[in-house]
Amino acid sequence: MSIRNVGIVYRKELREALRDRRTVIASVVVPLLLFPLLSVGFGAVITSIIGKTKEESPKIMILGGEDSPGVVASLKATPKIEIVTAAANWKDLVINKDVPAVIEIPPGFDKAVADQKELDVTIYNYSGDLKSEIAAGKVDKTLKSYRDDVVKNRLQARNLPVSVLKPFEVKQQNIAPPEKSGGALFFGGFIAYIVVFLCFNGGMHPAIDLTAGEKERGTMETILSSPVSRAHLVFGKFLLVLTTALATAALSVISMGISFAIANSLHSAPVQAGGDGMSMHIGVGAALSVFIMAIPLAVLFSSVLLTIASFAKSYKEAQSYIMPMMFIVIIPAIAAMLPGVDLTPKLALVPILNVSLLCKELVIGTYHWNFIAIIFTSTCAYAAFALFLAVKMFQRESVLFRS
Amino acid sequence: MIEARGLSKRFQDKKRGEIRAVDNVSFSAKPGQIYGLLGANGAGKTTTLRMLATILEPTDGTAVVYGHDVIEQPEKVRASVGFLSTATALYPRLTSQELVEYFGRLNGLDEPTLKKRVDYIFDRLDMNEFRDRRCDKLSTGMKQKTSIARTLVHDPPVMIFDEPTLGLDIMTARSIITFIRECRDRGKTVIFSTHVMSEVEKLCDVIGIIQSGKLLAEGSLAQLREQCGEQDLEEIFVKLVAPLYSTTEAL
Repeated sequence: MSIRNVGIVYRKELREALRDRRTVIASVVVPLLLFPLLSVGFGAVITSIIGKTKEESPKIMILGGEDSPGVVASLKATPKIEIVTAAANWKDLVINKDVPAVIEIPPGFDKAVADQKELDVTIYNYSGDLKSEIAAGKVDKTLKSYRDDVVKNRLQARNLPVSVLKPFEVKQQNIAPPEKSGGALFFGGFIAYIVVFLCFNGGMHPAIDLTAGEKERGTMETILSSPVSRAHLVFGKFLLVLTTALATAALSVISMGISFAIANSLHSAPVQAGGDGMSMHIGVGAALSVFIMAIPLAVLFSSVLLTIASFAKSYKEAQSYIMPMMFIVIIPAIAAMLPGVDLTPKLALVPILNVSLLCKELVIGTYHWNFIAIIFTSTCAYAAFALFLAVKMFQRESVLFRS
Repeated sequence: MIEARGLSKRFQDKKRGEIRAVDNVSFSAKPGQIYGLLGANGAGKTTTLRMLATILEPTDGTAVVYGHDVIEQPEKVRASVGFLSTATALYPRLTSQELVEYFGRLNGLDEPTLKKRVDYIFDRLDMNEFRDRRCDKLSTGMKQKTSIARTLVHDPPVMIFDEPTLGLDIMTARSIITFIRECRDRGKTVIFSTHVMSEVEKLCDVIGIIQSGKLLAEGSLAQLREQCGEQDLEEIFVKLVAPLYSTTEAL
């Protein structure tokens, strides 16, 4: 009778949830659309913007240089730039993004170079503006190449080899597997963040609808007058919230895997996550591991959401309680993305942060079984306690009939 | 059969302190009878009926409903009761039939019995036209019929009605009154709360007058007339209630 009643409540709640547009959007549509948009769409847009900007010929203004035809000629020979006439209001032009970069050549530059005197050439740009930085980069490259030529000529004049300036080279060599280093670590943290966020978001609406929503619509008294016990009622409702949270997490991971695979095959240069040539991909094993670790987290979220939402009198009141919760959930997930934050025995006990850090490791294929055991057990324990609270909350008349 | 024995319910209010919503109320209602609980707003009618339906737990005292104690066996009590009030709304995203079936299943009916029972009720209440329509698309009358079907699906021996006609139009209210009478005629124990005198006069075999959580008088209409020396029920009510009725409470 008891398990049968939990099943009856669950099936009814599932039927209602599938007919509820808000639940379907949050649990199915958002995860299915978010990743294709993020990877294929966003990636394509970024690649196209960067590519287009690099292909453009930015306007470069040269201040001075009338007495230094050598350097000016070398600048004019730079491919894909357009030299514009100097203007007195050049600062305004840079600030207003009309001219992306301005070069100031000091008076008597060519002569000073010939006399081997030290002097500065200044490039003025708009820091943070993509076009300005690319333009400044182009002229910087030309000027440095011009300087190298000057150095080479000076060395040749003294019959010295170029190597005299570089007695030895210093190189850094990454020996970690590329799929487990650099951008991969960031990507792992990003996936954990997305799974945590969507898992919470997926359960949020049903949890409110099934508790505060019922109070508001007046169906709470109807269901309480039926023979189903309050514990079974909470379990039935909890299972539905868990289903939506897990469905959201599962669809996110699947959608993410497929989207990144498509994105990587579409772009000749893979979408960069950390800037070191690592392509974003998630294997079946990693996706499955992330999903398994998301289960106790979803149980924890579902129970906490039900407990908080059941206290509220109305949908809006429940939202106002749960929205701040969103930050509590997101902050540890963001913290897990930060470089240098790694799993330690203490952090393995911090809810949400532990699963986020573990997911980061799982995505890159690292399995620390001790941590997996600690995190799975501790999250299950937190989840069980939260579920116990949800049942207790539902048994309190002061909560159910709060006015 | 319903037997309330010293039922009491106290609530804690932050501003007003302890509130005695129901204070030591005892009465009994028999099968084939309608017991009417008559009282003003805030008199304690809803709290009393919610305790009988085990939605609220008594602070003191108890009640036995169809042989089951409300504190010891609340689930058995609920399985014996059909509870209807204007506060018992319907699930908007379920159809009329799905809703009735849901409550039938929760009341332990197996699928073949449930199907027969649902078909019978839908025929009997003339609900076939809208059985597949979602509850949020039903008219007030259709909603009321669906609520009645919900309370009847497990054919409970005890019916509890908490101000079932509140806010309804005359025709819908009349159909509810007819339904309550039919319940009595089929031998069910019926308890019914209202503040409408005419409904009590028309329906009730026994009347209990409640104010400030206390049951002030009980008996048939004839007995109350004799006890108070008044013919009109409204006069009887005012005579009994006036000493306890404060303007502040009314407001």
